[in-house]
Amino acid sequence: MTARNSTRTLAFFFLLGTLFLSTFADAAWLREKRTPGLVRVGSLTGQLQLTDLCLFTEARYTRHPSQADLHSAFQDHPDAFEHFPSGSLLPPPPSLATPHANLDRKTEVPD
Amino acid sequence: MRTWIEKQKYLIDFTVSSLARRKVKNLGLLAIYTLIVFLLASVMLFTDSLRREAALVLAHSPEVIVQRMVAGRHDLIPGSYLDKIGSVRGVQKKEGRLWGYYYDPALKANYTFMVPPTGMAVDVAPGRIVVGPALARGVGLAVHDRVWFHAYTGKLFSFVVTEILPGESELVAADLVLMSEPDFRAFFDYPSGQYTDIALSVANPQELHTIAAKLAIRLPDSRTILREEILRTYESIFNWREGIVLALLSGAIFAFAIFALEKAAGLSADEKREIGILKAIGWETGDVIKMKFWEGALISLTAFLLGYVAAYLHVFRSSSGLFEPVLKGWSTLYPRFQLVPVVDGFQIATLFFFTVFPYAIATIVPIWRAAVTDPDSVMRG
Amino acid sequence: MIELSDIRKGFNQGRHNEFWALNGICLTVPARQVVAFFGPSGSGKTTLLTVVGCLARPTSGRVRLKEQDISGYPERFLTAIRRRTFGFIFQQFNLIRGLSAIDNIMLPAYPLGGEWRALRHRAESLLDSLRLGHRSAARVEWLSGGEQQRVAIARALINDPEVVIADEPTANLDTALSKEFLDILEALAGQGRTVLLTSHDPFVVESSVVQRVVTLRDGRIVGDN
Repeated sequence: MTARNSTRTLAFFFLLGTLFLSTFADAAWLREKRTPGLVRVGSLTGQLQLTDLCLFTEARYTRHPSQADLHSAFQDHPDAFEHFPSGSLLPPPPSLATPHANLDRKTEVPD
Repeated sequence: MRTWIEKQKYLIDFTVSSLARRKVKNLGLLAIYTLIVFLLASVMLFTDSLRREAALVLAHSPEVIVQRMVAGRHDLIPGSYLDKIGSVRGVQKKEGRLWGYYYDPALKANYTFMVPPTGMAVDVAPGRIVVGPALARGVGLAVHDRVWFHAYTGKLFSFVVTEILPGESELVAADLVLMSEPDFRAFFDYPSGQYTDIALSVANPQELHTIAAKLAIRLPDSRTILREEILRTYESIFNWREGIVLALLSGAIFAFAIFALEKAAGLSADEKREIGILKAIGWETGDVIKMKFWEGALISLTAFLLGYVAAYLHVFRSSSGLFEPVLKGWSTLYPRFQLVPVVDGFQIATLFFFTVFPYAIATIVPIWRAAVTDPDSVMRG
Repeated sequence: MIELSDIRKGFNQGRHNEFWALNGICLTVPARQVVAFFGPSGSGKTTLLTVVGCLARPTSGRVRLKEQDISGYPERFLTAIRRRTFGFIFQQFNLIRGLSAIDNIMLPAYPLGGEWRALRHRAESLLDSLRLGHRSAARVEWLSGGEQQRVAIARALINDPEVVIADEPTANLDTALSKEFLDILEALAGQGRTVLLTSHDPFVVESSVVQRVVTLRDGRIVGDN
């Protein structure tokens, strides 16, 4: 008995749909499996007093972006082409993006 | 209801034979479509999970870091500052941190050398080190191995590896080398009494900003970095607004637009003739339109499901291997990503909406005109 | 069965190439009759078939099918009537390339959403009755001209129509195959169906199967016996 196209198609989508749904089940399973590890990493971070993820080790301001000082991150003009792909994936830390003291009012620390 | 289901099955019967008639073209289209969904979904899953891990893990980073600045550069901080800080009310713990970078010419890799805080249970007695997992992998180190580093002074130092940090800590510790304070100072010729920076914790988190402000006054040549700033730095990592991700997104959107426009632009003579025949033998306009809709829907739905499943497996079951060339850049060490899955239903729904709908709808547009014309033109051949 | 009152059909009206294919056709076709429309090309034979078979609307005039005036019906109803009542055999066959013979035959019944097994069985018996059972899975473009025509006939019959309409059925066939076709027509008439066909082939028009010949010229009926 020949199989109808639509039967085969529906079977195919049933299979795909099952795979799709099983990714959610797998995600839940992986979450359970890997979360304790994440907790341990968190505690290691606290013990070692770490401040950054080890994602880009090519330069000090990409290895520790949160610790980068005012002049080291993006040593060229901030809008220039990046030397590293990391520069176009990671924005400068917000502390460097905010303006500093306004010049038209009294400062907290007397000049 | 039964009839409606049966009718849709008939329409699918015809659509599938229709697609099979131009197998190569349609398989090629499906492959490209799936690839785009795969890329988008991979990026989405990867970045969401990474951001969440960053947030969870860095929630344990020091509350306040005090750095000293000389001529705009991050410089060493004298130990006497510890006392000055101690006099600020609300500061609970304070400790000088020692860390720096080492370039290994053999591997052309950068490592982060660090002295673990006092009281931490690691064996870094003089001459012994603990290394991070990616470093161990790169150099080929095992516990009890001896390793040599060339100091910047020209001297050669050797250490024995006592422990390799666990693989699960790659994300924060991939390139670390932990050693004792005497070893660190000897290796880098670090001036005694000076530290890299100072880490603080405060008794009352709500007073954090006040304390930071006081420190700014007390130590005018220093700057403070708060934990919330660290967390904010990583909140927008791999954000869609960042260069490469934006380029990828735009490219994908253009590709989808091109697919949809190509479909919507018009029918070939063959397709027009076929529609005429279908109408002549008794198919209504609505039937033809539904059938064409199935054609678009079947392809885009397949692309979406296949692309997403492949992306999921890529990111969570094979450590996002395909991103490595892009992310690695100039670094030699690359962490092995064993991410905890974060699956955002809303984002998947958005991906579905942008992937499946435009194409499915686009297939209907040109059909509308052809399907509405009189079938008698078919009689004339 | 079918009644046409003063049917006129024009094309490209209002433009410089305005053309009237039918100029006032009045015709009554009773059920179960085999009628051949004879005339030179351009006489409006094909257009007449499209109007009778609800493939096109007349510009003016009324069409009555089984006492019901269907001229004003919306497209959906006309399609449903066409599907139920008429089976078409086109001059060019107009089979869908790339599909098998049996799939082509089943196509007109798809919109009805009926049970698949029953439909397939019906298609298979039609193929058998036309001695094509062994070619049911073959792609239609691989069939010979005569075989393709029989597939076209089977397709026209799948919904069990009361009226079979054939346009120049023997135009692409040799004498032997034409004779075969006329035999099939005879069988269809024997089943109680009304058969309408157009032809300029005297072999068809003068055969005993055809009971009535309507001659057309310039969109008008000039002869009817």
